[in-house]
Amino acid sequence: MSDHQLHLEGAEFLKAENAGLFEPKGSVSMGICAERSTKHNQDLLRQIPYYQDWRAAANGIKDYAIGNLDKLLVEFERNITARGAVVHWAKDAEEANRIVLDIAQENNVKTVVKAKSMVSEEMELNHTFESAGIRAVETDLGEYLVQLAKQRPTHIVTPALHLSAEDVGKLFSEKLDEPYTAEHQALTDIARRHLREEFINADMGMSGCNFGIADTGSFVVVENEGNAGLSTATPPIHVALMGIEKVIPSIQYLPQFLNLLARSGTGQKLTTYTHLFHGATPGKKLHIVILDNGRTNVLADPKARMGLFCIRCGACLNACPVYRRVGGWAYGWVYPGPIGSIITPHLVGMDKAAKLPFASSLCGACSEVCPVKIDIPHQLVHLRHRAVNERSPMNLLSERIIWRAWSWMFQGPKRYGLAMTAVKLGVRMARFLPWHPDKLGAWTRGRELPQVPGRGSFRKWWRQEGKNLKPAKKD
Amino acid sequence: MTQPNASPRPTWDYPKYEPGDTVALFIPCYIDQFFPEIGEATAKLLTRYGVPLAYPEEQTCCGQPAFNSGYWEEARGVIHQFCDAFESYKWIVSPSGSCTAMCRVFFEHVDPDERIVGIGQRVFELTEFLVNILGVTDTGARFPEKVTMHSGCHGRRELGIFEQPLTLLQNIRDIDYRELPNIEECCGFGGTFSVKMPGTSLAMGKTKVENIVKTGADVVTSIDISCLMHVGGILRRDKATRHIQCKHISELLVQE
Repeated sequence: MSDHQLHLEGAEFLKAENAGLFEPKGSVSMGICAERSTKHNQDLLRQIPYYQDWRAAANGIKDYAIGNLDKLLVEFERNITARGAVVHWAKDAEEANRIVLDIAQENNVKTVVKAKSMVSEEMELNHTFESAGIRAVETDLGEYLVQLAKQRPTHIVTPALHLSAEDVGKLFSEKLDEPYTAEHQALTDIARRHLREEFINADMGMSGCNFGIADTGSFVVVENEGNAGLSTATPPIHVALMGIEKVIPSIQYLPQFLNLLARSGTGQKLTTYTHLFHGATPGKKLHIVILDNGRTNVLADPKARMGLFCIRCGACLNACPVYRRVGGWAYGWVYPGPIGSIITPHLVGMDKAAKLPFASSLCGACSEVCPVKIDIPHQLVHLRHRAVNERSPMNLLSERIIWRAWSWMFQGPKRYGLAMTAVKLGVRMARFLPWHPDKLGAWTRGRELPQVPGRGSFRKWWRQEGKNLKPAKKD
Repeated sequence: MTQPNASPRPTWDYPKYEPGDTVALFIPCYIDQFFPEIGEATAKLLTRYGVPLAYPEEQTCCGQPAFNSGYWEEARGVIHQFCDAFESYKWIVSPSGSCTAMCRVFFEHVDPDERIVGIGQRVFELTEFLVNILGVTDTGARFPEKVTMHSGCHGRRELGIFEQPLTLLQNIRDIDYRELPNIEECCGFGGTFSVKMPGTSLAMGKTKVENIVKTGADVVTSIDISCLMHVGGILRRDKATRHIQCKHISELLVQE
């Protein structure tokens, strides 16, 4: 069992008694950052004249792609293989790890430089490399910081969102033996100096994949720092990791997707660099590992299909009032925030991640900003329905009994009246109780209970007065 | 106010109301029992516009608590109870955005039966009914207080209800309307979310309260008293904010 999954089972903020509030340290408040970037990014999106049409189109293209993965992935493989790439298919993280490790060991690799890849986090590839005695260095600045600090990313686009410049200064002085500074340019220079060494000496480079393009047999990696370019071009071997859902049918749709991704993700019109890989560079090797790792579980649930439309822009994280307060770690696995709550249960299993769909007030801010129009709150309630019916920690007999009783009581106005009278009595009595159990205590921990009116119900008023109300004469 | 997120609010093709059509009141369970004055204000307001009212006594609840908790089978029975009660009415009006969203949007998830979906789609939220269907934008009410408005997420994001209550509110005589900063952010109630994840729910509620305090308002209003049950609970916990009252918008609109 990987430590990711162990962490998931203990996902702290999901425990009712745990406030789990994210207390940002240093000068930068994570919640404020996320809030600010939502505002900025949404303004930028509005500058596309046909933004809504683009979103709808992106949703439609993804729908087509996910419905035709069998054809598109094979087309992608055929076209890119024709230009010297080697495509590997991995059913799960274990198989993907073995494939990557085999490539590294066959080529006698000592050091790997890695551009950002969430799939790599999913596979816990660094762990695999470490066990095999291979040095793996994250080169995306955020990932680099998180790796140095021996932490996990808190965000899928900005992994070190939780670290302030002061934190980074301390980290560099501790781990890299550099004099302390919190000055941004100086910090960047330090990272750059250390990372340049790594690029030059690496035996293998790795990247993720933002889009696989079936008709041209190409794939795209976007970035802002230049590290992905160096990771993939400098070493003699490039291994790219790609989830099966990344494929789009044609390169003609790429401009729209690049726009939507950059504007929603980092608030740029386009990312600084957009790398298109069409095949192996002469004299070098290109491997692509296409990974399922639970994604076909999403396909098996027709109502959940939209979960695979995600282009990993992170907009829903930034927009989410829950994520803004608890941060990424609270979600327990690689994909935090609203998107994590709808895909993690499929990827790691409902038995481990059933609590995630409940980590939401269902406010819907996420789907309002999603550039591919995933109906996240509707997915969440669907998964809640599954969670209480499947083998999962949320499938509790005690809760089932309560809701059964509730349902019975609320299927007759008399029974309902009795139940509500009891509730009102309970609320009245609650103030005299020295201690409030369970859900009552959860409410009263920071809130007063509603005041019970000193009069009868609306129903009663209607019988006595309301039904006699005369509609005013229309002039 | 423009929508801060780039997604537009949903819009609907509203049916035409013929004068004399009876409107059935759907008074959600917590309003019936804990806030009967809201039901009363709703009834009085509608009769002012010549709307004949009915209150089907078989009604109980829209099923939302069970639905949001994942217990759709248990919700289904209650939804059927609702539909049996309201079957014979062409118009159903409710003083709650959230419960209206449950009926109009989510009944279909639980039971895609045509009859059930059809009845759900006949449910309208009060301010939506006044503005979009009756064409009322000024109720002639007078309310000389400092008021801010909280906009519930379900009503706004599922049904597109935002401008309607705002327009009605701003047209009240002598009202001192104060816009709530960050009005689009969730208050953290979320039904069972408020007790399943009380820490996070409270943290969100406290941000909402801070924003309410910033406006200097003495009254917070909303089309959803459920959000305000949570927000009001936080307001009343603290001496410094205890004076701020929570009122459903119908209570303001009915003032003469």
